[in-house]
Amino acid sequence: MTAGGPSVVVIDYGSGNLRSAERALAEVGANVVVTSDMAAARDADGVVLPGVGAFAACMAGIHDVGADDVVRQRVEAGHPVLGICVGMQVMYDGGREHGIRTPGIGVLSGNVVQLEADVLPHMGWDTVVPPPDSALFAGVEDERFYFVHSYAARAHDPSDAAGETVSEHGSRFVAAVESGVISATQFHPEKSGAAGLRLLKNWVAVVAARS
Amino acid sequence: MAVAVRVIPCLDVDAGRVVKGINFTALRDAGDPVELARTYDAEGADELVFLDITASSASRETTYDVVRRTAEQVFIPLTVGGGVRSVDDVDRLLRAGADKVGVNTAAIARPELLSEIATRFGNQVLVLSVDARRVTDGTTTASGYEVTTHGGRQGTGIDAVEWAARGQELGIGEILLNSMDADGTQNGFDLAMIEAVRAVVSVPVIASGGAGQVEHFSPAVAVGADAVLAASVFHFGTLRIGAVKESLRANGYEVR
Repeated sequence: MTAGGPSVVVIDYGSGNLRSAERALAEVGANVVVTSDMAAARDADGVVLPGVGAFAACMAGIHDVGADDVVRQRVEAGHPVLGICVGMQVMYDGGREHGIRTPGIGVLSGNVVQLEADVLPHMGWDTVVPPPDSALFAGVEDERFYFVHSYAARAHDPSDAAGETVSEHGSRFVAAVESGVISATQFHPEKSGAAGLRLLKNWVAVVAARS
Repeated sequence: MAVAVRVIPCLDVDAGRVVKGINFTALRDAGDPVELARTYDAEGADELVFLDITASSASRETTYDVVRRTAEQVFIPLTVGGGVRSVDDVDRLLRAGADKVGVNTAAIARPELLSEIATRFGNQVLVLSVDARRVTDGTTTASGYEVTTHGGRQGTGIDAVEWAARGQELGIGEILLNSMDADGTQNGFDLAMIEAVRAVVSVPVIASGGAGQVEHFSPAVAVGADAVLAASVFHFGTLRIGAVKESLRANGYEVR
């Protein structure tokens, strides 16, 4: 059934459980390959940048395989990229963990900082507020998604928050972004049950429309 | 709106089959883990925990296979614990498809294991599993609770509340707090113990041990649990996940 779907590369740079992302994307019709081969990532209809753990460690792994350059090139060329969790965070200008700032890929403006909340990590199913014209959240605007993180990008003022989906844990943070060809989620759609699958299906449809 | 209280079924897995006994002895077979995982997902489970109680290393290969098949079919978070002794064990489980790994006995013997895992994979993968009971037989701890090993059969003399705090210092992302006194009794959670641990940690706390009725879950959340876990009452259909969530919702807690 996936034969006709768009090609999607999940970039493997040694971060966490990629099996779920691979299987979830296949489930919603993508032709998925998990690889550290950047030539494949450059040519794919869509690229998923995953990531769990520390910002600096992920950024180092991403740089080692050359994924930072590929993400920049794809954004410039107008080819879709989806960042998940720390894979979203590293698309910003930088991230500060334990007092140390690490530069990110820089295709989203802003910085990733620690959440201010009584209980961290922010772990579990939480609500989100997507923008009215969201393609990613079509049909799942009122669902909960699975988060596990202690850091996030601070939400912009609602007036200039085009493309930002907001959630709250202690304070407001960016739960997802849709900015041109960049899509990103702080939560794990591949771990968010039926709602997450629907969101991935929406993204795969965006990818197919552009391929 | 806030993050929902998680309701988590725990599956004890031995050589690829789900088992659960009263107080961890007298095991009863309750089915295929992948099938049960799918069922719980459909019933609204927020996460799944597999506790691998397989003794032999040969049978542990079966566990990796079960994790792999589950992760391919069930798109909710999966924690796997039991017999995790090294950074390599964690790596293998994550590669098989686990999202989080529970560490218990090996960390008691060598606490640095926790910081090694957290440094390599991040604190969000690391669940400290604490099997605790009220002290007995002349043992004393500051909190009155001690950590046990071997399914509650051996006391360690280590203060369970201090151990939870130490775990947080070493980089864990969550605590699975299991009362060995309450486990299998179905008389309710050990609320005083949950409250004592909540007071000293800021990571999420999963309350485990003692759930027998839907009314047992809200009090655990009231004293600070972020998630509630049960095993046999779900496996044998005594309680349904939906009913537990309805009860939590009726008591003013957000659920998915």
